[in-house]
Amino acid sequence: MYGRLPIAKMLAATVALTAAISAVMLSINWDGQEASTAAPKIDDLLNVMIVLSSLVFSLVLVMLFYALWKFKAKPGDESDGEPIHGNTRLEVAWTLIPTIIVLFGGGYSWKVLNEIEEPVKGALTVDVFSQQYAWSFGYPENGGRWSQGELHVPLDRQVQFKMHSQDVIHSFWVPEWRIKKDNVPGITTTATVTPDRLGAFQLICTELCGFGHASMRAKVVVEPPAKFEEWASGLKERIPQPLKESIKQDTETNPVQLGAGGA
Amino acid sequence: MVAAIKRPGWIRGGVGALAAAAFGFGLVIALRAISGLPLYQTEQTGYPHVVVPLVLAPLGFLAGFGCFDYWLRWAAGMPTIPDDHSQHGAKSWRDYFRFNTDHKVIGIQYICTTFFFFFVGGLMAMLIRAELAQPGTQIVDAAQYNSLFSTHAVLMIFVFVIPVFAGIANYVLPLMIGAPDMAFPRLNALSFWMLPLAGLLFIGSFLAPGGAFDAGWTGYAPLSTGAPLGQSFFNLGVQFAGASSIATALNFLVTIITMRAPGMTFWRMPLLVWANLSTSLLVVAATPFIAGAQFMVLFDRILHTNFFQFAAGGDVISYQHIFWFYSHPAVYIMMLPGFGIISEVISTHARKPIFGYRLMALALIGIVVLSYSVWAHHMFVAGMFSWLRVPMMITTLLIAVPTGIKIFSWLGTLYFGKIHTYSTAMLFALAFIVTFTIGGISGVMLGMVPIDIHVSDTYFIVAHIHFVLFGGSVFTIFAGIYHWFPKMTGRMYDERLGRVHFWGTLVCTWGTFIPMHWIGMDGMPRRVADYAAQFGDWNLLISCFAFGLGAVQLVFLYNMIVSWRFGPRAEANPWRAKSIEWLVSSPPPIFNFDEIPRVVGGPYEFGVPGARHAIMAGEGAEVPAAEPSVVGST
Repeated sequence: MYGRLPIAKMLAATVALTAAISAVMLSINWDGQEASTAAPKIDDLLNVMIVLSSLVFSLVLVMLFYALWKFKAKPGDESDGEPIHGNTRLEVAWTLIPTIIVLFGGGYSWKVLNEIEEPVKGALTVDVFSQQYAWSFGYPENGGRWSQGELHVPLDRQVQFKMHSQDVIHSFWVPEWRIKKDNVPGITTTATVTPDRLGAFQLICTELCGFGHASMRAKVVVEPPAKFEEWASGLKERIPQPLKESIKQDTETNPVQLGAGGA
Repeated sequence: MVAAIKRPGWIRGGVGALAAAAFGFGLVIALRAISGLPLYQTEQTGYPHVVVPLVLAPLGFLAGFGCFDYWLRWAAGMPTIPDDHSQHGAKSWRDYFRFNTDHKVIGIQYICTTFFFFFVGGLMAMLIRAELAQPGTQIVDAAQYNSLFSTHAVLMIFVFVIPVFAGIANYVLPLMIGAPDMAFPRLNALSFWMLPLAGLLFIGSFLAPGGAFDAGWTGYAPLSTGAPLGQSFFNLGVQFAGASSIATALNFLVTIITMRAPGMTFWRMPLLVWANLSTSLLVVAATPFIAGAQFMVLFDRILHTNFFQFAAGGDVISYQHIFWFYSHPAVYIMMLPGFGIISEVISTHARKPIFGYRLMALALIGIVVLSYSVWAHHMFVAGMFSWLRVPMMITTLLIAVPTGIKIFSWLGTLYFGKIHTYSTAMLFALAFIVTFTIGGISGVMLGMVPIDIHVSDTYFIVAHIHFVLFGGSVFTIFAGIYHWFPKMTGRMYDERLGRVHFWGTLVCTWGTFIPMHWIGMDGMPRRVADYAAQFGDWNLLISCFAFGLGAVQLVFLYNMIVSWRFGPRAEANPWRAKSIEWLVSSPPPIFNFDEIPRVVGGPYEFGVPGARHAIMAGEGAEVPAAEPSVVGST
């Protein structure tokens, strides 16, 4: 029955449409500037998914519009279509092929996730303190110096952010780094970033935290290591006592790996 | 006057509400006086003298309105008449405004009530888009903005999308399975009357000191546990909406399992029935979790328990686990009944049996099972145990498979059919396939942890959720309303206006929600009243399309109201469909069937010579000997 369809032409149309949609979609830089080692990996994953998604979307469009063109009822035709109840081979195909595609996407994502969170020796630890509606940053390796509203980090060195919220949930997002993590009161959460582009960026709160949510921003500066050390040692203030206590009181439930020793 | 107070109805309902509220208020004040506390507690989360009356007044209204009369009489040993049908059916418009046990009346009550909330919620969306048309502050301040998007989402989810499907199914499903009514008609009526109370609580929160609830529809603790009084309105409204859905789901389950017409085996049920069976399985098991989550928040707020108070050892993240354990299945609660509608509409208007009927039914069950194992994909960046991310990613991606099966099977149904596109229902069904595919694709992307880390809590999420819930659920709702409008009202709607509504909705949906993907990936967070100037042009464009989307819904409203009143009379079966509801007149007789139909074949036997789905008892002679064999499977 389905042998009567121009399968080859429909597949060719799907491939052509996929190529056209992918070409347009891939020519656009969706996520903006890349400024960390994680960014190109995430963007590559996104681009692979864009191509696979274009394929699925094109297939749906070709199937739909061919059917509408070929099988539209003539005016006044009140007869029924052909009594086809299914086709086991086709049904197996559109169960198995999507399964393979999503499992491939899952495996690829898992690989990317492990790569971008791989800890390295000599990482810099920075404490992130969030409260309604301000960010501040502690540098335990620089004598517990403290910066309000401005985050500086060195270029090409991994940074481990330890996040401590003082009131409600906030979320730490630097779009150019592609990294986001909630700051949860009561526990410490961690994010790993290796900035690889100099410049100034914006830290954006992405978890609704009250009326000041939209304006809860901080400046992020990525600079050469020497310049960073100079800036950090030039900070006058130390982490205030209440914030220090919030670090101690936090229970570090994240990110303990399953089977990694436990408490 | 005394007689009016004694008779169940609006007057007694009002008296009941006032009496219950006064009792609650008095109880709080008396207990506080006895305990030596100040009579009024007006810290922002407290207000027991408001919260307790808010719990009791709706119950008082329901009791006064007559929702419990029969059961109370029975429980008290007073005489009851099991076959008392005095509350059944509608003879005039007034009967739609009282406690009515007829599933057809209740279905229409549901649909009209939920569409009222749809337009209120839509108006809020217009205000949101007016605010966002330009960077900076336009018409509302940041706190009011938070209230607006929170109530918009809550109205649309809890008192529009979820219950409107219950309304459509309430009307159609008993007819479709050849039943005279739902299994528990009085429970059905109670379920409906809890719903407007939930909606009123949500809207009423605007009157609370501190404004309407503003912690988002997700109400994450501890923002919600410390929020002003309006949050308690949300906590309570969810209880009424939730109780309503649970009772309805139980009703559907019992109805579907025990009340099918003779001969309707499970494999002869229309897919709308399968879809509501699956949905009901989700509702009964998942909804108690959101009820529990909101009670815990309420207790933290007014009783100072420590479920989510981190300073007292509470666990902030556990709120999200409990909330999403309901609210992810809720996405499917808002989608599966729509899948059922699309199957009916496409099969009928393509004049073709559903392609792969059994796999379509099994895909629904597959979604039900999988949907309980994906909730934590909302929490990839929430700081939960990191090992939970990969397993939840895999299950999330796998749930795309049964969904894909449905998409391809609908497309397969079109092939070698005779596709008619004169009906607006069919237009919405076809557009749904494409639009929902976009929502599915962005859903797969969001399922991948690395991509989700970047785009979660941005406008990408807003785009995704609206493609799924507007381009998905609402399109199926429109398809369902247009498809069964003739059956429900006995009138035909205006197809020309229907097409205006369809094309306007389609174009404006894409125009509004497609650009949101882009600005989200490029760095615009969600739930913000103000944003970086670089997103100004896109937001202006989005707002223009959104206003268009709002305006074109008025065409729908006009079409429905005018056609209901003045439309040409509908025949019993204007679409030449096969399922049982089309065998009876439009609208159907008061008890649906004068004789019990007998089911003799599958529900979609288009083109099979001599095949019938159901026959009326009087037609016994023409019954084909056996179920028609499956033809032409190559």
